[in-house]
Amino acid sequence: MGGEQQADVALLGVRHHGPGSARAVLAALEQVKPEVLLVEGPPEADALVRLAAHEDMRPPVALLAHVVTTTRPSAAADGGAGGGAAGRAAFWPFAEFSPEWVAVRWAVERDVPVRFIDLPAAHSLAADPEGEREEQEEGAEGTQGEGDGAPERREARVDPIAVLARAAGHDDPERWWEDVVEHRLDHDGDALAPFAALAEAMAALRERCGDGAHGGTGPRSDAVREAHMRLRVRDARRAYDRVAVVCGAWHVPALADRVPVGADRQLLKGLPKVKVGMTWVPWTHRRLGHWSGYGAGIESPGWYRHLFTSPDRPLVRWMTRVAGLLREEDRPVSSAHVIEAVRLADTLAAVRGRPLPGLGEATDAVRAVMCEGSDVPLALVHDRMVVGDDIGEVPDEAPAVPLHQDLTRLQRTLRLKPEAHERELDLDLRKDTDAARSRLLHRLRLLGVPWGEPTASRTGSTGTFRESWRLSWEPELAVRVAEAGVWGTTVLAAASAYAEDRAERASGLAGATALAEQCLLAGLPDALPAVMRAVADRAALDADVGHLARALPALVRSARYGDVRGTDTTALRRVAEGLAERIRVGLPPACTGLDADGAAQMRGHLDDAHAALSLLAPARDPLRERWADTLRTLAGREDPSVVPGLLRGRAARILLDDDRLTADDTARLMGLALSAAAPPADAAAWIEGFLAGGGMLLVHDERLLPLLDGWLASVPAHAFTDVLPLLRRTFAGLDPGVRRTVGELARRLAGGGTAGASAGTGGTGVPGFADLPDPERAEAVLPVLRLLLGRAPATPAAPQDHPTHPERTAG
Amino acid sequence: MTTAVLRPHAEEAFAEELAALAAADDRPRPARWNLSPWAVATYLLGGELPDGTVITPKYVGPRRIVEVAVTTLATDRALLLLGVPGTAKTWVSEHLAAAVAGDSTLLVQGTAGTAEEAIRYGWNYAQLLAHGPSRDALVPSPVMRAMGEGRIARIEELTRIPADVQDALITVLSEKTLPVPELNEEVQAVRGFNVIATANDRDRGVNELSSALRRRFNTVVLPLPAGVEEEVDIVARRVEQIGRSLDLPEAPRGAEEIRRVVTVFRELRDGVTADGRTKVKSPSGTLSTAEAISVVTNGLALAAHFGDGVLRPSDVAAGILGAVVRDPAADRVVFNEYLETVVRERDGWKDFYRACREVAH
Repeated sequence: MGGEQQADVALLGVRHHGPGSARAVLAALEQVKPEVLLVEGPPEADALVRLAAHEDMRPPVALLAHVVTTTRPSAAADGGAGGGAAGRAAFWPFAEFSPEWVAVRWAVERDVPVRFIDLPAAHSLAADPEGEREEQEEGAEGTQGEGDGAPERREARVDPIAVLARAAGHDDPERWWEDVVEHRLDHDGDALAPFAALAEAMAALRERCGDGAHGGTGPRSDAVREAHMRLRVRDARRAYDRVAVVCGAWHVPALADRVPVGADRQLLKGLPKVKVGMTWVPWTHRRLGHWSGYGAGIESPGWYRHLFTSPDRPLVRWMTRVAGLLREEDRPVSSAHVIEAVRLADTLAAVRGRPLPGLGEATDAVRAVMCEGSDVPLALVHDRMVVGDDIGEVPDEAPAVPLHQDLTRLQRTLRLKPEAHERELDLDLRKDTDAARSRLLHRLRLLGVPWGEPTASRTGSTGTFRESWRLSWEPELAVRVAEAGVWGTTVLAAASAYAEDRAERASGLAGATALAEQCLLAGLPDALPAVMRAVADRAALDADVGHLARALPALVRSARYGDVRGTDTTALRRVAEGLAERIRVGLPPACTGLDADGAAQMRGHLDDAHAALSLLAPARDPLRERWADTLRTLAGREDPSVVPGLLRGRAARILLDDDRLTADDTARLMGLALSAAAPPADAAAWIEGFLAGGGMLLVHDERLLPLLDGWLASVPAHAFTDVLPLLRRTFAGLDPGVRRTVGELARRLAGGGTAGASAGTGGTGVPGFADLPDPERAEAVLPVLRLLLGRAPATPAAPQDHPTHPERTAG
Repeated sequence: MTTAVLRPHAEEAFAEELAALAAADDRPRPARWNLSPWAVATYLLGGELPDGTVITPKYVGPRRIVEVAVTTLATDRALLLLGVPGTAKTWVSEHLAAAVAGDSTLLVQGTAGTAEEAIRYGWNYAQLLAHGPSRDALVPSPVMRAMGEGRIARIEELTRIPADVQDALITVLSEKTLPVPELNEEVQAVRGFNVIATANDRDRGVNELSSALRRRFNTVVLPLPAGVEEEVDIVARRVEQIGRSLDLPEAPRGAEEIRRVVTVFRELRDGVTADGRTKVKSPSGTLSTAEAISVVTNGLALAAHFGDGVLRPSDVAAGILGAVVRDPAADRVVFNEYLETVVRERDGWKDFYRACREVAH
């Protein structure tokens, strides 16, 4: 920096969330004893800073700035979409080991005033005219705070730490920082010396890269932010003697610069502005670790917390904790393991030329010594310890979370009052308001705020545009809303984020597809890609065709339903098609070696899949062609011990119905299935599969019935009792009219056969039967007639004793 | 003599590099090490010395792994190299021993028939009968010799050795001593002694190490190559070497097919497509780089002797199927699903799809 900086201003450049920085800052504050503390952060939070010392406040927490909108979108400062502005927010996360947090706590506990000096969130959250979408994304993920140590758009901006690290010959900026700063800062006599050195390095870096390289353009650019910070520092210097500034290391040279006040003021003129609300929200280590939501981009908050909190010998303590964790998971880890792991880490650090073992060495040592080289237990260590499960807490005095405000706003606009007593609500989804209400209720349900429960429609209407809900607002729902606040600032954003998270954790395929349906009901198009991905992944790994077949109909329904709602369902369709493809490939092997129950179940899957496919793809689509090929393979398997007759018959029937099997082929397949070599039970099952869903074809194809008839006549007596129930069931499923006609034909067939001559022509073969239009009357007559015929000496007894009559076997 | 042998030892083949490293190496060396740990790591990973000598990389893979391995040898813990077949375990162990001790020949090959004598000591029975038990009648094992000389002993395929024989190592590794009760003496390990063992991941459970023995080892898992480029490079290089020694004609345009084979292997192995967008099921086979090499070599032979000399999809399709489908029922579904959901829609893979379908159905 500029050499003799103002003796009264201590510029403490830090790396956000660096425990070494935090310790150094603490030491520096003790030495300087400032009368006022300036911290990089949104000035709107000045009023909230006292809460940092509250006894119920436990980091990790974040300062949340969100755009406040009134019910009318047009009231928002940016003309555009009111919903978008309402969802825009930024987070400034603080962990226990964040230098800013440490400094703020230090000041608040000593009644030293704290001021945040960054550009007000009112400006930084005002929409970029050209980059609204981008801004929103950043907001949703919680950019900010960072500014410096970490460019939120890494690829686009220069990462100062990475550049310094590369200059020092390190490929990993994290490790370089650990080596030269985290591990060394606290060994120096003068607490301010390391900050001076760092500022010098940053100055050199800024010279090389250009001041603006890191900050982008627009109201959030570095130049503007630094101008604002400079002005605030100037104000503070006028009012106090000793001033300390905690800010990202990158800004230090800029704050030390002497720039005319007028120039700074000029930069800040005419910035766009929105109304901003500010509060503390609980944060989690996991979210700190998420790189995009994290300024300084550290991936190991748990490790840093450990470094910051352990009184001494951090490596030994770390290894002991790891051993404890692994023991809890029933891995045998002895003290000897801990000793060896510590030794290995130490030696590794020496070989790698590092001053102290860092997380990398510790991890390598744990893997080699305690985990037997396996990454599986190591993943557990990473998850539980390197990242950690810590969840922050915020005192009740903190202002309400924006999600609650958003909900209140929606309740007002949709005229849905939260009332404790139960009431029914019927919605007509064709109306905009009702559709919006339905979406709100679905979203809340997804978020675990069961304000409304869907019920069966009271009107009894079956239209898809009707929905009925039972509403009841319990006081504890407010708590649920507050809990859901971590997911987002609006109901829409929160539900989307939550759905995405759930998709990631969904255990089975069915869960993932159900979630997809919920997303459509709740109108969450943004969450859909993540959910679809989850569905595709689960489907790829699920080896059970049954699961896949069960999931397909819901997915296809969703795709069609989405069409109705005008949602873009290409992704949905693609996943559904992928699923269909997998079912197709897996089907033939899955159909082999099944018992009767298994076959029946598989037949259900087969039907479901076929029905879904017919909805999904037009008849001549290549997908359908391939599906037909598969069915043909299935139908053509002749060995009954491989594919059960039920499934072969079903496949043949589906093909026939789809016009993909000629009459000749059908007759051939039936002939094969019913040939003498086939076990009667299997043949009967074939008939069941084949005739399921209608027997008209027996009436129309004159070849089939004789085949059936001939087979039945040839079933040996001992097998007949086995076959009978199956056939009964099959024929009971036929239409009464069809059944009757088939029976008639069979009779004629039998009669003709025994009469030995020309029976097959015309409808008058059996007098008094063929032309009767009333089946009931016909049936009433039937027993008598049978009696008559049976007794008639002219007719042989055979048709009666011989069980060729389907109508009789069908009862 | 090196001219006559089929394959010289590492320390002979790379004697010049080792000498250059030793000359340039000014870092502290553990007792009886020929090189410092840093120089050993450089020897394995390759690099350029200040004097301009180029050290060829012996192992292509993460630096971290080599560093942990070398560091383990520098402590008194033994090193266990784990990995699926074809991940260069033996290769790494040989070069480590050559660089650290200048001698990679103190080797015990583990088999189901490995006896305790191979790890401890045996007897020269003629001597034993003539003169009674004496030091002269004792036949030391490679391990025993390494202990006495402060060198590295190598044990290949540790998990194939019967469990009771394995346990003979426990005293050696923990007490660093080998008692010879017949002579009422013992051999104490000299500093510099250590053991590198290799074992096959897939063989876990054949003769699982006892936890007492396991505790004496630091385990380093050698991974399959991390990137496609890396693996294509390894496969292409090895295929060329093998092809030359088998006198196969050079195959033009083979690179494309090699890339395809490697891609298929990687995708099935990792359970996710190269673009990371679609998951696929993994078959039961290992699908190591070594297998990819043999598929390509095989395809080359097919192309040379029965085809038009150009490596075509049909030449590798059968080989791939053979490598992937180990369990005829389950793996076949896995492969078909992969073909239908991934390969069919990929641009420029039509021929390959057709060739695979032909053999797969």
